[in-house]
Amino acid sequence: MSGELVVTDNWFMRVVGKLGRNVLGIVSWLGDMASITTSSLALIFASPWQGKHIVLQLYALGVGSFIIIAITGAFTGMVLSLQGYYTLAKFGSESLLGSAVALSIIRELGPVLGALMLVGRAGSSITAEIGIMRVTEQLDALQMMAVNPRARIVLPRIVAITIATPLLVSMFDIIGLGAGYVVGVEMLGVNAGAFTGEMVAKILPEDLYAGWVKAVVFGFLVGSVCTYMGYRAVPTTEGVAKATTQAVVIGSVGILMMDYILTSFFL
Amino acid sequence: MIRSEKLTRCFGDVAALDQTDVSIREHAITVIMGGSGSGKTTLLRLLSALDTPTSGSVWFDGDDLAQVSSKRLYELRARMGMVFQYSALLNSLNVYDNVAFPLHEHTKLDESVIRTVVSMKLEQVGLRGFEHLMPSELSGGMAKRVAFARALAMDPEVVFFDEPTSGLDPISAGVVTTLIHDLTQKTKMTSIVVTHDVQAGLAIADHVILLWQGKVIAEGTADEIRQSTDERVSQFIEGRPDGPIPFSRSTTPYIDDLLHNSGGVNS
Repeated sequence: MSGELVVTDNWFMRVVGKLGRNVLGIVSWLGDMASITTSSLALIFASPWQGKHIVLQLYALGVGSFIIIAITGAFTGMVLSLQGYYTLAKFGSESLLGSAVALSIIRELGPVLGALMLVGRAGSSITAEIGIMRVTEQLDALQMMAVNPRARIVLPRIVAITIATPLLVSMFDIIGLGAGYVVGVEMLGVNAGAFTGEMVAKILPEDLYAGWVKAVVFGFLVGSVCTYMGYRAVPTTEGVAKATTQAVVIGSVGILMMDYILTSFFL
Repeated sequence: MIRSEKLTRCFGDVAALDQTDVSIREHAITVIMGGSGSGKTTLLRLLSALDTPTSGSVWFDGDDLAQVSSKRLYELRARMGMVFQYSALLNSLNVYDNVAFPLHEHTKLDESVIRTVVSMKLEQVGLRGFEHLMPSELSGGMAKRVAFARALAMDPEVVFFDEPTSGLDPISAGVVTTLIHDLTQKTKMTSIVVTHDVQAGLAIADHVILLWQGKVIAEGTADEIRQSTDERVSQFIEGRPDGPIPFSRSTTPYIDDLLHNSGGVNS
């Protein structure tokens, strides 16, 4: 009762201690990321307006990612149609193929696969670019020129990828549905009227909203994680490589976790 | 103009800078010298507010740079310039846009006026006509000179130089050193140069600060430093491996390492 802290050195305490330190580390990491992201976004209306740089990033990250999104969307629609056809055929329900493909793509696969491809393509390039700017002291140089790197470098990338993701996911959806139609109707012989009719009848506005909300959230997540990892990269070659890998891993896992949370919210 | 009071910067348990008081002379060249790990770059980063001290103050006129708001710091930085060790040119911009960068960011000058200013600054560093080159197309010496021109673009009152001659051939190093000397005299700016190039540093210095283990061990004019009777100062100036500044940083006996002894006991 003297108030002294008694430390018991046994395996249980060591495990609890390690667990506690890891949890504290994760909380601290999340807090730092939230601080950098919010302080960057708070500069959105500050002078000078970064509109030109947001548009440039929209082009680099959005337009530059279109091809990979289109290819992923096309093959996703094709394989869904192929798998769906043989499953539905067992029950004589091939006419439902259109709605099955459309709902899978619009509600789930479009936002998730689209965002995962964006982490790999655009997110990794964001982290590597900002990390290299850290290594070569370009971020320090901006500060010495009285230019806030959070306003000039971080903010445009987060805003651009948050805007670009729902647009790219919409492209993914359209291309995926088109590819699914080609496989289902042209190759497997499903009735064209049944395919499109079921598709139009079963897709509700809520499904479209759910897909777009997911895409916006995933885009913001990718932007926040990838800019943060680059901004805080250890200023060495190995540090940038590690930060880039971590950004892709954390971004991908974050998308899947957030997808479950949002899906349970929308259902 | 700039002075530090009991400036301390710790990295973990190690004090890179320990209770250091320095005073920078206005309109003169102050050269901060010292061996590797003596704390000179840490001091430069603290004086330029690129880093925050563990304790102590850095006064820039009436403002403590460790305490001022971010907004005020950016206002003060408009009066500063910096030439980084590896130039820190913005990779995506050519020579013209790098030098014009601060002017584009902070002034509303017409592009024709900016073009004239950039030409004047590049003429000062002997690189007029190279505006179209990208940083990757420049030699180390040329990149340093472009960085110098960029630092001068806003006619700063204070310019910081971090190892301006490191990695340069003798001719390029001589050109950069002469530029620092001549431009400081012509423009009446205050120059703070961090270097371990003894000859170049003493040749241009109006005031020399010598650091060792995070503390100031000598201060004065170049002649006073040359004539110092302090063994540490003369060892550094003459570049002798033997003396009070040890060459080896090992803390264990060499023979123990060779014999794989640990703590003096045969393993």
